[in-house]
Amino acid sequence: MELYAPIFVLGGIGAVFVVVSMIVGSIAGPKRYNRAKLQAYECGIEPTPQPAGGGRFTIKYYLTAMLFIVFDIEIIFLYPWAVHFDALGLFGLIAMILFLVNVSIAYAYEWRRGGLEWN
Amino acid sequence: MTATALESAGGGAVLAAEETLEAFGHDPWWVTLLKAVVIFVFLMVCVLMMIMADRKVMGRMQMRHGPNRFGPWGLLQSLADGVKLSLKEDVIPRGVDRALYIAAPMIAAVPAFMTFAVIPIGPEVEIFGLVTPIQLTDLPIAGLLVLASAAMGVYGIVLGGWASQSPYALLGGLRASAQVISYEIAMALSFVAVFMYSGTLTTSGIVEAQQPVWFALILFPSFLVYLVTMVGETNRLPFDLAEGEGELVGGFMTEYGSMKFTMFFLAEYVNMVTVAAVSVTFFLGGYHAPPPVTMVWEGANEGLWPVLWWLLKFLGVMFLFIWVRGTVPRIRYDQLMLLGWKILIPVQLVWITAVAAVRMLVNEGAPASVTAGVIVAFSVLFIAALYGWGRAVKRQRAAEAAEHAEEMRRMREDPKYGGFPVPPEKAPHYGSSVPAEEPRNTPPASTGKREEVTGA
Repeated sequence: MELYAPIFVLGGIGAVFVVVSMIVGSIAGPKRYNRAKLQAYECGIEPTPQPAGGGRFTIKYYLTAMLFIVFDIEIIFLYPWAVHFDALGLFGLIAMILFLVNVSIAYAYEWRRGGLEWN
Repeated sequence: MTATALESAGGGAVLAAEETLEAFGHDPWWVTLLKAVVIFVFLMVCVLMMIMADRKVMGRMQMRHGPNRFGPWGLLQSLADGVKLSLKEDVIPRGVDRALYIAAPMIAAVPAFMTFAVIPIGPEVEIFGLVTPIQLTDLPIAGLLVLASAAMGVYGIVLGGWASQSPYALLGGLRASAQVISYEIAMALSFVAVFMYSGTLTTSGIVEAQQPVWFALILFPSFLVYLVTMVGETNRLPFDLAEGEGELVGGFMTEYGSMKFTMFFLAEYVNMVTVAAVSVTFFLGGYHAPPPVTMVWEGANEGLWPVLWWLLKFLGVMFLFIWVRGTVPRIRYDQLMLLGWKILIPVQLVWITAVAAVRMLVNEGAPASVTAGVIVAFSVLFIAALYGWGRAVKRQRAAEAAEHAEEMRRMREDPKYGGFPVPPEKAPHYGSSVPAEEPRNTPPASTGKREEVTGA
């Protein structure tokens, strides 16, 4: 635990700085509100009404997020393997190559089906 | 190192990390606090100087001066900007999700500070009779902490875009998060070879493992991929699609002003400082003096000199950021995702396999001919892939050019296609039976007299 505490000390100093400067910013500035200023900025036209919690967006972002999870899990398996690579020898190499091939099948499938295209 | 690793695999898990972490976690509380404050101040000064240097170097690259009014050589420019920003009106637009809107800049900025806790800036030194490493702390999983805090920054971006309730902000936030997670994968893969060679996730262990030769040299492809992802991960040019002014106004920070905007800005620059420091730690030998210097000068790695080497390498990487920004134009969003998913990731997967195969053969004492054969096989594979890719690109370009030419031809000649009916070039001139002898609008011969300039 004594190894982890300094990270939170540094994060705490950062958080104090961020909060204090945001409070100072909200106090120090002038306050001259008007209706137009409070609207969302959209290059001067009437703002598009937004449904609560943002608008709708393309399915591409979901696909990217899901592929990200697949690869992130792959990386989680790769790290311990890499750290202990010297001890694992030939067995480790072959096991990891089989694993990479398995993940690459899903990756190649998504590539072929156009999941990586952004048009 | 190989021997100890083999032993530990056989006789129960004594991680190499636990031996190297002896030096950490024994500081009195005031030393920890002092180090944390010094690191924080260092980060803030770095950010202020980096913003100024960014504008000044960019200015010089574009043949202008850059900021030079405030302070000597304009050094205090960013400080003046910060004061100005804090005196701006703090507008919270109507309809935003207030709690998230205010929390987003904090979520972006705070994790950005935390990575620096595990960056080794110098070896163990004795200051005021106290032996302590010039590094706040180190963890058995420091490599994961680096990636984790980089990923935390995405929350600030996507929540900021989401809470603003504005189309530009929403699109900017989504783009930024998709970009950052895509490049994070390539970045994480570029670390795999480093961890394989160092055999540890501790940052101090990785620096020690680079004592004879830097990982940037033996793992050059990893280093190249890291440099690209480093720029992509921090949303800097040429990858700053999240805030491309030409299309998204300000991206996820469109609706932010005053100190809240400053926090996003600060987080971006702190992230730049952090990834530059990580590249020095993982690839450029950390605080050790570069090999040519150690050959000439024996004492280069003693006392406080390592801090100087660390700073020089760090400033070099920071300059690279500005250099790239001043040289490379912004790329399109589909090109950005193509680079991340279709080039960097497959290249890294093959590279990791190649490195693992060669290292395993060397470790197991395979004959040199087998090792050389594997290296040659991977090289041939690489060249073949490069050649095939080049041909595919060329074919695609030719097809696109032909399509474009056909489109232009039809636009020109086919009235049904929307083109104008243009008379052929050799058609007789309507309205005169004789073709003109000379161009009709020949300027009158000069008389040598200056024409009088009238007021009209």
